[in-house]
Amino acid sequence: MEAAVSSLFAQKMEILEIVKMSLQVSGSATLLSALIGIPLGAWIGLSEFKGKRLLLRLVYTLMALPPVLAGLLVYLLLSRSGPLGFMELLFTPTAMIIAQCLLVTPIITGLVSAGIAAKEGLIFEHAISLGASKTQATWTIIKEARTGIIAGIMTGFGRAFAEVGAVMLVGGNIRHMTRVLTTSIVMETRQGNFEMGIALGIILLLLSFMVSSIVLSNAEEFSLK
Amino acid sequence: MNLFEISGLKKNFGDRTVLNINELTLQTSKIYAVLGPNGSGKTTLLRVLNLLLAPDSGWIKFMGGDIGISQADRLSVSRQMCMVFQRPFMFRSTVFNNVAYGLKLRRVAKPECERRVNEALDFVDMVDFAKHSATRLSGGETQRVALARALVLQPRVLLLDEPTANLDPGSVQHIEEIIRKYHQEYNTSVIIVTHNLFQAKRIADESILLINGEVVERAYTAEFFDHPRELRTRQFLDGTMVY
Ligand SMILES: Nc1ncnc2c1ncn2[C@@H]1O[C@H](COP(=O)(O)OP(=O)(O)O)[C@@H](O)[C@H]1O
Ligand SMILES: [Mg+2]
Repeated sequence: MEAAVSSLFAQKMEILEIVKMSLQVSGSATLLSALIGIPLGAWIGLSEFKGKRLLLRLVYTLMALPPVLAGLLVYLLLSRSGPLGFMELLFTPTAMIIAQCLLVTPIITGLVSAGIAAKEGLIFEHAISLGASKTQATWTIIKEARTGIIAGIMTGFGRAFAEVGAVMLVGGNIRHMTRVLTTSIVMETRQGNFEMGIALGIILLLLSFMVSSIVLSNAEEFSLK
Repeated sequence: MNLFEISGLKKNFGDRTVLNINELTLQTSKIYAVLGPNGSGKTTLLRVLNLLLAPDSGWIKFMGGDIGISQADRLSVSRQMCMVFQRPFMFRSTVFNNVAYGLKLRRVAKPECERRVNEALDFVDMVDFAKHSATRLSGGETQRVALARALVLQPRVLLLDEPTANLDPGSVQHIEEIIRKYHQEYNTSVIIVTHNLFQAKRIADESILLINGEVVERAYTAEFFDHPRELRTRQFLDGTMVY
């Protein structure tokens, strides 16, 4: 009896650990991607330059980058014989974060630039006419595009949180180390533990729902500031 | 004092000359109506005056000084005028914040900012809407907020681009009253582009007819309507103009 209880407890602790790792990896990847993707998207949306259309097409294509492919690229980069092999990052959470960054950055960049380009000229003229300097007008445009920015961040996080191909390849689903929700679902399913797989899947969906609810309700408040 | 002096002004889009004004001098403290058919360059003129568009040739003086030389000059000049666009864009925030926008850009202290915003909202009868979302207003309400957003800055000149197009008669009257009242209280110059000939008659000291980017006639409003000098003005007023 005691053994059963303690094993149940241990199992719960392990699930908690997996959830934590999932949130950590995908959260860090999203944060990093936002730090790159928001300024990059704003720059693309705001400026006119040669090759802009080509660049946008590239970004849109990368938005649909298959996770396994991102995983493969990072794997080759970090594997022992790869150019960054000396850093010994393969099969660590850092490697997983890098791979997910590759997936999420184009999503944030693309959605931010689209959100900004949509009404850019209109907002710019209004801001300038009301006395804004160029910098102030640019800042206003970015603030007005916040829906696109938030959508980009949420979509990016959702994509990272739910993908399995990249984290499986570069993380390796190592217990207590790189195991996350999606890789556990794959493993449990392979072992025939369908109930556990479904339970983990439900946890994943619930967490996604919670994260987007929190972000959205804060966004509503912010929009009336 | 001259508000604007324009000389040899040209603006091209591609190989089309959209604005071509030889000489035009506008005085301070007056209401000018700019009339003309669609596409005659009225909006372009306002955008050039507001420094949103650079002319291709010619010069403009504002209050006696050349405009648009250095970036710093541009800002201090453009902060003395304000344009209300034909379809005003409301920032996605409250009515209050929309009206406060220009004051915040000028780093006006909070208590003064609040006082002036409330004053401006009162001026356009929108005090009750202060906390409402500015993007969910009716056409007339949007125009009044757009006006308040400009008035609150106490500009030397208000540039209004068809502020009553597509509004019901009640809203039109309301907005004309606001413009007239503001002009009387603050002695602000107003340049109003309008399609509504009656509106020009009702509020403008002088009327200017623009056709194909050229000033065809400019006269005191009564004269403009009762004794137009130019054939094209008569045709425009009769509705017999062939474009
Ligand atoms: N940004 C632009 N690029 C190209 N053509 C323009 C642009 N803005 C206006 N035009 C053209 O210039 C002419 C005058 O436009 P506009 O000043 O808006 O006329 P109005 O306000 O009198 O109707 C129109 O033929 C219009 O199509
Ligand atoms: Mg127009």
